[in-house]
Amino acid sequence: MKQIGIITKRELQAIFDSLMAYITIIVFLGLSGFFTWLYGGDVFFVGQASMQSFFGIAYWTFFFFIPALTMKLIAEEKKTGTLEILLTKPVTDWQIIWGKFLATLLLIIIALALTLPYYITIWNIGPIDHGAVWTGYLGLILMSSAYISIGIFTSSITNNQIVAFLLALCIGIFFHIIFGILAASISGVPGSIFNYLSLSTHYESISRGVVDSKDIIYFLSIIFLGLIGSEAVLAKRNIN
Amino acid sequence: MDIVVDKITKTYGLQKAVDELSFRVKTGEVLGFLGPNGAGKTTTMKAITCFLNPNEGNILVGGMSVTENPEEVKKHIGYLPENNPLYQDMPVIDYLRFSAELQGVPKEKVRERIIEMVKVCGLKAEKHKKIRELSKGFRQRVGLAQALIHDPEVLILDEPTTGLDPNQIVEIRELIKKIGKEKTVILSSHILAEVEATCDRILIISKGKIVADGTPEELRKQAQGNEILKVQIRNGERNEMYSALKSLPTVALVDFIDGTPNCYEVQSKKDENSAKAIFDLCVKKGWYISQLTPVETKLEDVFREVTMN
Repeated sequence: MKQIGIITKRELQAIFDSLMAYITIIVFLGLSGFFTWLYGGDVFFVGQASMQSFFGIAYWTFFFFIPALTMKLIAEEKKTGTLEILLTKPVTDWQIIWGKFLATLLLIIIALALTLPYYITIWNIGPIDHGAVWTGYLGLILMSSAYISIGIFTSSITNNQIVAFLLALCIGIFFHIIFGILAASISGVPGSIFNYLSLSTHYESISRGVVDSKDIIYFLSIIFLGLIGSEAVLAKRNIN
Repeated sequence: MDIVVDKITKTYGLQKAVDELSFRVKTGEVLGFLGPNGAGKTTTMKAITCFLNPNEGNILVGGMSVTENPEEVKKHIGYLPENNPLYQDMPVIDYLRFSAELQGVPKEKVRERIIEMVKVCGLKAEKHKKIRELSKGFRQRVGLAQALIHDPEVLILDEPTTGLDPNQIVEIRELIKKIGKEKTVILSSHILAEVEATCDRILIISKGKIVADGTPEELRKQAQGNEILKVQIRNGERNEMYSALKSLPTVALVDFIDGTPNCYEVQSKKDENSAKAIFDLCVKKGWYISQLTPVETKLEDVFREVTMN
């Protein structure tokens, strides 16, 4: 645990020492604020105090932002060779991956925490379904974790950051909309499989306020598959 | 802590980088690792530091196996990789703190160790700069500082003096020698003079196998065999000197040295020493010796001889 903490701390330091963290947070708040409050005006015209329009926008902004945050995590260390330094210190591959995962997740949580004023504002406008807001945030955190773990995986298989970014988007887009579209157009068992694979199905049911263990298991499986994949790639140097 | 490398083999695809390599390094020994490019030096070092597992064979560091107990082994190793990779965006101090924490230096000692390392490695003026802003020599010192920060018992240095200026090279060599008195040090280098100056023992490997092993003197003697003297004599006649030298009972061969007048290379017979005989000869003839020096086989020659075939 201690080693994970040290790596998380360094990653966060690196993110906040560069402009990356600030740009991410500002652009995220700008985009989500603009689309929630100004453009379209869903919040004021929907007729009820709800955060749904914000969650709908955050769903897309994180989809694009997270690969940009994760692309350098391992690819850059591979390219500069610092991975060798890291792996010859008393840390395991798992600790490195978890440390990097947690650092990115913490940045996302900080960005989300800064949207709490939205919640308070809407709460003041009218009666709000508090449960749905909190599960909405939970849904965003779970979704982000899933994309972070996919991003770490793609970052681990290459030492080119752009490749890692594009690959993460490619894999992500399937979960994000393609499986959903396939589910809608195919009937029967394949259709329901695609429906289960589609991330939007699970995200929507959580952000409506329904926390089902099925959805949680879905997100956790993506997270673990991504991280196990990354660990396998790191360990591959020893497969002969 | 002793390092025991026991018949390790590492292949990359079809190529054998290291081929049943075995050696042993004792505490207090500085081992110089020599070999042509691609001989397997770096691979062996990576295997000792638990970065790569060998396909076959085992490595024990202080009795612990690198494949079975890597976390424990890594705690006792300080490692400076080739090319010295560093986090470019981190300030020197932060980087050293990160290394110290990861290596498990107790919290109350971290500060003390960092101050010590900054002093030992001469980083005082640079300690708050980002690593990106440092010159190559200072980066090398940062790399060395992170390897030494937890006071490791085993130190593995892959070409530690590349990029340093001559003064820094001397300083680093002194440092390595000092550290090597109590610890186990393995260092690789292309520069033979450096290995000769710092190491107690030299291991030359070629194509993944050991081709020579011993102290610098041993290696030289092994390659040289008979004693060779360089003699320069004044006020004598060239041919007379030549035949007089040649007729000495202990001398096997006499050669002219091109370029310098009256200068000869005298090779003695096996296990014989001709210096006294030459001196007596000159006294008798009334010549005076302006030079009489033993010719040592250079380590370069040893290196060439064992790695060329």
